[in-house]
Amino acid sequence: MKPAVQPGGSQRFGAAVRRLSGAARNLPPVRWTQALLVRLGVRGLRGRTAVIAVPYLWLLLFFLVPFVIVLKISFSEAQIAMPPYQPLLHWAGDRLADIRLNVNPGNYLYLFEDSLYLRAFANSLQVAALSTALALVIGYPLAYAIARADARWRAILLMLVILPFWTSFLLRVYAWIGILKSNGLLNNLLLWLGVIDHPVVMLQTDFATYLGIVYCYLPFMVMPLYANLEKMDLSLLEAAEDLGCRPLRAFISITLPLSTPGIVAGCMLVFIPAVGEYVIPALLGPADSLMIGKVLWTEFFNNRDWPVASAVAIALLLVLVAPIVYFQRLQGRASGART
Amino acid sequence: MAASEVASPGVRQPWNDPAARPYIRLERVTKSFADFVAVNEVSLNIFQGELFCLLGGSGCGKTTLLRMLAGFEEPSSGRIFIDGLDMSGIPPYERPVNMMFQSYALFPHMSVEQNVGFGLKMEHRSRSEIADRVAQMLKLVRLAELGQRKPDQLSGGQRQRVALARALIKQPKLLLLDEPLAALDKKLREHTQFELVNLQEQLGVTFVVVTHDQEEAMTLSSRIGVMERGRIVQVGTPKEIYEFPGNRFVAEFIGSVNMFEGQQTADDEGLLRIACPELERPVQVANGIASAPAARVWVAIRPEKIQLSLTPPQAAANWTQGQVKEIAYLGDLSVYLIRLASGKTIRVTRPNVRRCDDQDITWEQEVFLHWHDSSPVLVGA
Repeated sequence: MKPAVQPGGSQRFGAAVRRLSGAARNLPPVRWTQALLVRLGVRGLRGRTAVIAVPYLWLLLFFLVPFVIVLKISFSEAQIAMPPYQPLLHWAGDRLADIRLNVNPGNYLYLFEDSLYLRAFANSLQVAALSTALALVIGYPLAYAIARADARWRAILLMLVILPFWTSFLLRVYAWIGILKSNGLLNNLLLWLGVIDHPVVMLQTDFATYLGIVYCYLPFMVMPLYANLEKMDLSLLEAAEDLGCRPLRAFISITLPLSTPGIVAGCMLVFIPAVGEYVIPALLGPADSLMIGKVLWTEFFNNRDWPVASAVAIALLLVLVAPIVYFQRLQGRASGART
Repeated sequence: MAASEVASPGVRQPWNDPAARPYIRLERVTKSFADFVAVNEVSLNIFQGELFCLLGGSGCGKTTLLRMLAGFEEPSSGRIFIDGLDMSGIPPYERPVNMMFQSYALFPHMSVEQNVGFGLKMEHRSRSEIADRVAQMLKLVRLAELGQRKPDQLSGGQRQRVALARALIKQPKLLLLDEPLAALDKKLREHTQFELVNLQEQLGVTFVVVTHDQEEAMTLSSRIGVMERGRIVQVGTPKEIYEFPGNRFVAEFIGSVNMFEGQQTADDEGLLRIACPELERPVQVANGIASAPAARVWVAIRPEKIQLSLTPPQAAANWTQGQVKEIAYLGDLSVYLIRLASGKTIRVTRPNVRRCDDQDITWEQEVFLHWHDSSPVLVGA
């Protein structure tokens, strides 16, 4: 049987087509991008490739290009001029063959010669590692409690974890100065309670540095852990109990190993920014604290030695890339076994 | 009564033996969540070596009942005894019970061997004993070659067997199975049903199986407990449940059935005569229990117990006529939907004994339906 044709159906259809094609014509950005890509010789580009191209372009422009510039500066020689470093290439004569490559690996060697840099690196890694461990010890029970809380409460509890982000990072660190200083909130409270009889020096100590880092980066630990623990199949724990496993043992042999991806993700999110952290040790830590972020700042702004500062930055990157690659391979192996 | 009629001699039936001691005893067990009563005053005896199926639709409380046996839920009231011991307050890890989960709940970070050996590891058995018993168990479920694999490298059927092996390794006296075959496809399910029964007989373990699939329950069980809205409405062997359903719900839930409302008009020597407004002639029931003459009763007739013919039968009762409205060819049998003069549609199934034997009855044809005195069953509302 033929489908019944509604009166005026074809007109309506035609109008819809016109509306749609009109809408397509009103999309200049898409057409512009397409035209650009065609002109660049990227033919046969399908939607999928185009979508993937956007983040790659972003990374190329805002990560790779600056990185190459920093890398270039790190191999040049400092000079008192504008910009404060010598170009890598310079012409000794007029001919093309007169190009001289002026590569100076001395900046990197210098990092090893002056023990300041190595000590700063070691200290930063130690501070970051201890802060990460503390954040894990505090963040895991927190994430666990939220993930196992009643579904109605989860969103609210999670909100409480994220809420501090609504205030500026700098303001939150400054607030800790107000809390920790000699006549600050905490000392006054302890004096009033009679726990202490004279103010304790807390500000500009290592304690304050750790406190600041753990406080600021705790949400980065809680979030991936929560995401992992929340999606865990609870029948696994019941299965373990059913097979004679007590709850604590079930946590150790089931929950903990299954939450490894969350632990790794959380630790990396805390560890990596903590190594290069500048603001927190500068504001809360001791004046003579040796953190690589502070050294970088001093080289760049106080000594105006851009090449050495760049070398420090590149070395920091290398120090951080190593554990990332290691953990990614670890996770790749874990997920590779699953396919 | 009905039960004794179908009891076949030689088959062990501890539930008919008043001296037998039940292995599991539920005494008026109730479980309520907030204002919802999941399990309502269930009393039940299950005997050693039985394969007992809890059958019911979703939300009937069968899984809650199973979880109470495993210890994951505590009854709100009532008591559960396993092997004579009161189970109240005893956590799952101290019960002599193992469970196979519907999702299988295999530990994804452990190999098949580690999964199966988990229960023994918790008992602090020696490494060599664990290895031996795991190998033995994997051989039993025919997975000996796959011991090193992770659960996500297995097929659905293999996972099911790992879950079974893991639940059986501690040699429990009672194994609880929550929809053990639901995740398998039809062919594999039929095959696994028989495997499960064989394994149960071989090991002599008491199985309590939860299922929503009546076919599965019929194939597997020694007895079935049919559940509806938190209550057990009937307990019996598959045959009892099918041939002598206790009420309308059971009759309609197990298999398909034609149901007629009626009133008892006569009772001569065990042959009841029921007048059904939807049928022109009275129904004679050979094995019904007489009710008060004016009481409303329901007559249930299974589709396979009705015969079709093109000539009117020579009888005063137990037949009617109608028009063929629909024929569904299912291969092994055909389903006929026949509309009576009263407007009621009746379902009749006929086995396809001969190949391509569909010439005699076709669409829109007037046919006669008749059945034997023993075919109809009277059920309560």
